[in-house]
Amino acid sequence: MNKQIYQEINETLYSEKLDNGLTVFLLPRPEMAKAFGIFSTNYGSIDQTFVPIGETEEVHVPEGVAHFLEHKLFEKKDRDVFADFGKQGASPNAYTSFTKTAYLFSATTNIEKNVETLIDFVQDPYFSEESVEKEKGIISQEIKMYDDQPDWQSFMGTIKSMFKNHPVNVDIAGTVESITSITKDDLYTCYNTFYHPENMSLFLAGNFRPENMMEMIKTNQNKKSFKEMEDLKRNLPEEPEEVAIKENKITMPVSIPKCTIGIKEYGDELSKDDFLHKDLLGGMVLSHFFSTGGEFYQELYKANLIDGSFYFETNLDKNFGYSMIGSNTNKPEKFSKRVIELLLSTNEIELAEDVFDRMKKKKIGQLLRSMNSLEFIANNYTSYHAMGINLFEIIPEIQKLTLQDANNFMKNWISENRLAVCTIAAE
Amino acid sequence: MNAIQEKQHRENGLKLHFIQSKKYKTINIVAKLRAPLEKETITKRALLPYILKQGTKNYPSRSEFQLKLDDLYGAVLSVDGGKKGENHIITVRLEFANEKFLPEESSIIDEAISLFSEILFQPNVNENGFDESIFKREKDTLKQKINAIQDDKMSYANMRLIDEMCENEPYQLHVHGYEEELDTMTNEDLYNYYQTIFNENELDVYVLGDFDEAAIKEKITSKMTINQQKLPEFNPSQAIKSVSKSQEVIEKQNVQQAKLHIGYRTNIIFQDDDYFALQVFNGVFGSFPSSKLFINVREKNSLAYYASSRMESHKGLLFVFSGIAPNDFEKARDIIRLQVTAMKDGDFTEEELSETKDLIINQLKETMDHPQGLIELLYQQVIGNKTLTPDQLIEGIRNVTKDEVIQVAGKIEEDTVYLLTSEGGSKDE
Repeated sequence: MNKQIYQEINETLYSEKLDNGLTVFLLPRPEMAKAFGIFSTNYGSIDQTFVPIGETEEVHVPEGVAHFLEHKLFEKKDRDVFADFGKQGASPNAYTSFTKTAYLFSATTNIEKNVETLIDFVQDPYFSEESVEKEKGIISQEIKMYDDQPDWQSFMGTIKSMFKNHPVNVDIAGTVESITSITKDDLYTCYNTFYHPENMSLFLAGNFRPENMMEMIKTNQNKKSFKEMEDLKRNLPEEPEEVAIKENKITMPVSIPKCTIGIKEYGDELSKDDFLHKDLLGGMVLSHFFSTGGEFYQELYKANLIDGSFYFETNLDKNFGYSMIGSNTNKPEKFSKRVIELLLSTNEIELAEDVFDRMKKKKIGQLLRSMNSLEFIANNYTSYHAMGINLFEIIPEIQKLTLQDANNFMKNWISENRLAVCTIAAE
Repeated sequence: MNAIQEKQHRENGLKLHFIQSKKYKTINIVAKLRAPLEKETITKRALLPYILKQGTKNYPSRSEFQLKLDDLYGAVLSVDGGKKGENHIITVRLEFANEKFLPEESSIIDEAISLFSEILFQPNVNENGFDESIFKREKDTLKQKINAIQDDKMSYANMRLIDEMCENEPYQLHVHGYEEELDTMTNEDLYNYYQTIFNENELDVYVLGDFDEAAIKEKITSKMTINQQKLPEFNPSQAIKSVSKSQEVIEKQNVQQAKLHIGYRTNIIFQDDDYFALQVFNGVFGSFPSSKLFINVREKNSLAYYASSRMESHKGLLFVFSGIAPNDFEKARDIIRLQVTAMKDGDFTEEELSETKDLIINQLKETMDHPQGLIELLYQQVIGNKTLTPDQLIEGIRNVTKDEVIQVAGKIEEDTVYLLTSEGGSKDE
């Protein structure tokens, strides 16, 4: 078991890659009451086309399988896993994103037992025709709930206008039609391929003893056997640099229109260094210009183009990345026109030294604040790790950034062909 | 893990609450201003937070203000208003990095406290009141917020349920205020009101983190002084009201999914002896994935993606929320009613009871790991007018018996069934 101490942030991390390929991270925090565990597979809604384990032919599965599988893992032949955790005083949960499916729990008692329950339920699937049929009603209601949420429609609408071929443009939960065609065999095919320990990681943070915990996990894993894992072959289509639809209009009953500008950051794989630069500088630059009080925010605010719902976000992954800037607005055309002008103007802007120093301070403070949360650390450590980046070494990376790095980034950040606009309005 | 130690001091008219903890990499300072919920003041209290966070006397523009926050390593400010029972609380929170993690810094905490005090006591005003352009602009921001509730069907249904259920009670008042009052409110009205709040509201200030108490106390008392004159009388039990008649309200809109929300009167609040048993009731009935609602509405009948309950501790209310297909209204409603009946009949095992208690205690302990969560939990005691520390709360829950839960169930009355459903919906067809 490796032990790494990060003195400046007062954290100690233990880690080990087990014989079966599973990567385990343990972050003890004895002053906390609780422990949080997350067991995740590097498999999400975009993994629709792949070669199943032990086979040679590529398959294409219906939209929404990864999310459907996530729901169904909680149900066993004779019981529901929610109840198992309930009996042990823990609250479980799960989520499916574009690239990840994660199972998690938090508890303040029976922590080792709950970790074991987490590992065992994810590694012991039971899918039957009957239970698959039953789930369709529940997931249909989940999809219908999203259909009524303008925020979600606006988010997916923006994604769809940015990405032409990349399966990030498919709804994570699928559609009522696509989930109807899902079978028990689809679930097993995806499960056997993507839930191999080699493709998974376990991160535990909180109140426990790392030596005992690692021992328990190893004993548990040694009792199970898994097929040999060859290279996972996933197929992603070619994605052009430019956006798919420059202007996307969606009508649904809303009292005030919503408008979002999508920045297609990239649509294929980045190197580790490019990724880290884009991740840090992209976030800092967006926040500098668009956070409340930022120069661009102030412009939009004074022109009465935005309200309290204004937001921006960046999501960068291995083979796609995007940013969004959006708001409820009564003047969607003016809003989008102005945001695009402001974004394009960044090519010419040079930041001053003191401004950039302040941006770095803000980023460091934000990171320290986020690290109050065991959930943040556990969720983000593994995502960064997958990119070859250590979350606990990001603060020194921020300190290392130079003004020139920032100004170079800004020169190339925006180009018009990578901007899309999505508007939601009533008919 | 050590028990939470909350130290209270009364200084300069303030109630200071200090909580030491090494769990966090930040320090939180939170002020809570409490007043009764009233139609005359609700819209002003809804607007004030928007104005206060736009700037202060020394940092009058939002950009100057933000630069100051950024300089403090991205300190995060939030100001908002909320309902707790029949009280309205304005909360000002400032969270900033603890300089212990920043070797080259030593004055962050001092500067943060000065800024915090400025936000409360020295807003950006001139002889006519608040800055006129900010006042106008933030009125628009709030107006759009009021209108946007329409677009979040879950919040909308919840608001409509309370409209119908608590008609003519203060609790009915909308937390974001009313558009027609915004239209007639002048800058002077708002400024005059602002000047009364430190005299007439109860003010509690919480500091949480790893800090030097004596130094912080001195810093705060040198910056903040209030002169409380006519504090209102708070009598929590006045909020309780029983059901006169149960009603069903159906509203139609262009929606894909129907929202079925049901409101109950629990007749129990935070200060009551059976409050612990009410928490356990809520757990067995609906607040967890192992509760009756989730198991029966979702797992056994596949009617919904979500089905759960939530209690209001200071008004004696319980709400059930569920999103269903419009055609399933009667079926879902009847299944929910059956679960209430099962609770009244004591149709749950000792094992379920003890598991639920563990889950609630787990949830409370987790809340105490979260800085804002811990402060909210401690502040419940101020609202409830009763000393009940988190540890006592946990102890109380642990001691609840099955009979006590059944007795609590017997007190719970269905008040209003509210359904937001699709146009041309199913009800009459």
